Amino acid sequence: MPVVAMTVNGKPASADVEARMLLVQFIREQLGLTGTHVGCDTSQCGACVVHVDGRAVKSCTMLATQAEGAEILTIEGLAPDGDLHPVQKAFREHHGLQCGFCTPGMIMTAVDMIRRKPDLDEETVREELEGNICRCTGYHNIVKAILAASQEMR
Amino acid sequence: MSDKASGEGIGQPVRRKEDFRFITGNGHYTDDITRPRQTWAYFLRSPHAHARIRAIDTSQAEQAPGVVAIFTGKHVAADKLGGLICGWTVSSKDGTPMKVGPHPILALDTVRYVGDHVAMVVAETLADARAASELIDVDYEPLPATISLDTCQNGNAEQVHPEAPRNTCFEWELGNKPETEAAFAKASRIVKLDLKNNRLIPNAMEPRAALGEYDKGSGIYTLHTTSQNPHVARLVLSAFVGVAPEHKLRVIAPDVGGGFGSKIFIYAEETACVWAAAKVGRPIKWTGDRSEAFLSDAHGRDHLSHAELALDGNGKFLALRVKTIANLGAYLSTFSASVPTYLYGTLLSGQYDIPAIYVEVDGVYTHTAPVDAYRGAGRPEATYLVERMVETAARETGIDPAEIRRRNYIRTFPHQTPVIMNYDAGDYEASLDAAMKAIDYAGFPARKSEAARRGKLRGIGMSSYIEACGLAPSAAVGSLGAGVGLWESAEVRVNPTGNVEVLTGSHSHGQGHETTFAQLVASRLGIPMEQVEIVHGDTDKVQFGMGTYGSRSGAVGMSAIVKALDKVEAKAKKIAAHLMEAAVEDIVFENGTFTVQGTDKSLPWAQLALSAYTAHGFPSADIEPGLKEGAFYDPTNFTFPAGCHICEVEIDPDTGITRIEKFVAVDDFGTIVNPMIVEGQVHGGIAQGIGQALLEHGIYDAESGQLVTGSYMDYCMPRADDLPSFTLGFTKTVCPSNPLGMKGCGEAGAIASPPAIVNAITDALGIRDIEMPATPARVWSAIQAATPRAAAE
Ligand code: FES
Ligand code: FES
Repeated sequence: MPVVAMTVNGKPASADVEARMLLVQFIREQLGLTGTHVGCDTSQCGACVVHVDGRAVKSCTMLATQAEGAEILTIEGLAPDGDLHPVQKAFREHHGLQCGFCTPGMIMTAVDMIRRKPDLDEETVREELEGNICRCTGYHNIVKAILAASQEMR
Repeated sequence: MSDKASGEGIGQPVRRKEDFRFITGNGHYTDDITRPRQTWAYFLRSPHAHARIRAIDTSQAEQAPGVVAIFTGKHVAADKLGGLICGWTVSSKDGTPMKVGPHPILALDTVRYVGDHVAMVVAETLADARAASELIDVDYEPLPATISLDTCQNGNAEQVHPEAPRNTCFEWELGNKPETEAAFAKASRIVKLDLKNNRLIPNAMEPRAALGEYDKGSGIYTLHTTSQNPHVARLVLSAFVGVAPEHKLRVIAPDVGGGFGSKIFIYAEETACVWAAAKVGRPIKWTGDRSEAFLSDAHGRDHLSHAELALDGNGKFLALRVKTIANLGAYLSTFSASVPTYLYGTLLSGQYDIPAIYVEVDGVYTHTAPVDAYRGAGRPEATYLVERMVETAARETGIDPAEIRRRNYIRTFPHQTPVIMNYDAGDYEASLDAAMKAIDYAGFPARKSEAARRGKLRGIGMSSYIEACGLAPSAAVGSLGAGVGLWESAEVRVNPTGNVEVLTGSHSHGQGHETTFAQLVASRLGIPMEQVEIVHGDTDKVQFGMGTYGSRSGAVGMSAIVKALDKVEAKAKKIAAHLMEAAVEDIVFENGTFTVQGTDKSLPWAQLALSAYTAHGFPSADIEPGLKEGAFYDPTNFTFPAGCHICEVEIDPDTGITRIEKFVAVDDFGTIVNPMIVEGQVHGGIAQGIGQALLEHGIYDAESGQLVTGSYMDYCMPRADDLPSFTLGFTKTVCPSNPLGMKGCGEAGAIASPPAIVNAITDALGIRDIEMPATPARVWSAIQAATPRAAAE
């Protein structure tokens, strides 16, 4: 079995893994970081979004071995312990979550979106969220939260 | 009830207590839990819609790497486990009970839908289990399948269950046939419409999952599962399936990632996991993947209806006559028989004074996944039918859609409809007026002409909905065939340090109970919300509970808490009277302090709590130590949330794409505890309604019975860019049937929105009807069909 080594939330992580292991499985099952979720098997829902070298990636679309040497950031590492990232704060403030299952993927997507597009408007946020499905919120408050966070982070 | 003007009191948009764990990735969903020595289950499912199983050979699979055990229907039968049940019995017109085919946990000799459970492989890893399942040799004899609702009752249609001739489970009726016929005979106009209510697949984002464990020493089984009602699951698994006696079975529903009805039901997978955990002597985990969810979660809706509305010369409704064929799928799911009957027929009066109603519903079996409650459950189907009929009546009579509704609204309460329900309160016109104002109804013609100048078709449609929530008075549902009572329980435990645990039989899977319930308790006891913990979802902790569905947790669950709080306060006053040497009648409890009326003697909450446990000098005959009270609350009536949703669409005739330009929802939910959470519920409901109206459709191939829409590639979920932002408003008539005056808000959006959207589309296109989902292809075809060729060229 191949050995894979990467940095996850600032800490080195390595393991022997089966070649077919997905990055999301590595994160959830090997490292026990269960904040990253799996909501589909066709790479459509975005519940599994993490950052790989600073970019939002669906961690179910990547093999663990493809992340060799990469810097991975998951929802657990987004803010230092006891603190919240402005996007996390905005999701809470604007009620951008209900059951919370899509939330980690939404937040990781939003952080990347705001980094790439400092001048977000509602239409752009909605387009950018195309790869993240939420069944609870109707997106209304997610959009509001992302716009508020992007203002805040300007 | 102290309604604080600000802060954490009732009516305040308090930010949610549960959010911190979810936004930091610290939630605990079932699949997040891992046990030492845990194994994985994978279910081999039927690839056929209908087939006889001649033999199953598992010998090769048993030798595959990592396999621990393989179970088939034979093992289940050998253990004498019962099948899965439907907890609601519906009778046919002739008085005979519904015809129920057996619903085995693992198929015995027949499979009845694609995805039906054939075998469970337990292995060291999920990959091992899945790989081994491919080595199981099932000798199927494929049989013809009955898929279509149009033909399933034909004499020559393939039978799903021999117990149910013509695939008919029940032929139910409600209302008064002779009165309805008489009203039709004297009508000056009859409006007729054939309507389809499309099949939906619930798609909570967390797939169903289960973790079964067995402790040999104590003989106790533990099941972690994605359930909206863990106590009901335990009851069914114990009393009907016979996995273990109730006191030896613990069911825990930890964080659950959405339900929308689909997680009410007791399914084969969790049943098999907990049962087999004892057989293999190790924990067994199963987590469904999305494809399995599409195949085997209970689906929703799927009705075929013919409706006729009789009117007099002034546009007043005289009678409604409905015939519906409702798809139940291949097996009866946990509550499926109640959905197209008592949750549907009883709402066909809508918001209107209709003197006579008669409805017939045939519940039918097909070789498709079971159909059961999905957000709204029966009430969206009723509302769709009524509001499409009303809109069509408006167009045919030339009366404005708002005006025809006004002419027919119920205006005095209580109002007894011809279909069981007794509406207790409402002001339907207030919601209509507010919604019309919010969308600028009067300005619509100008917007329509402006759109026409740009080559676009603009339409507006409304929907005045009503639903029955707060399920439900136990006596009422009992007389209608329910196998359970629909009360709720609560226990309030005051700790010696004054903080409080509230155990509730409701279950939160996105609804925010940890916040709203704490708001109620904190404001009543005058303590900060952070000193209140809401405990739910564990049969070992919570006394009993009926769970969360049917928008019942506020009206019923919180009422139980109020009742328990009443008892806590009564006992606390007794203790305070003793400690301050006063009469109980003179004790006043306000803002967390007990005072003796007319004196300066007082006792803060925390001190009283401590005294309750030190119990020094209590007169033991009068006052027991401790401060903990429980209550069961059984509602006196359903609640009747109602309102008006108006939708404005713009259609591009070249592409058939419908854009929702504006969506206004005005709802009367009675008392609102947390408006932020309520608005979130409405947003989510509307999104699912828009999904039904424009995007979502569960389709089976009519011949092969394969699920054509079995993934997110084929089943069109609403995405952020399919939806607009919504404009919400509230009106309020207090519900007289529960202590808080609450009505429930969880399903309104999904109930009200589909007819508003379809009314808007048909208005834009100037056509009578369009089938849901009104996809661009359907809309484009409708435009082509309505446009004479020559004119188009
Ligand atoms: S789990 Fe990765 S996109 Fe759905
Ligand atoms: S909050 Fe439940 S899926 Fe988004």
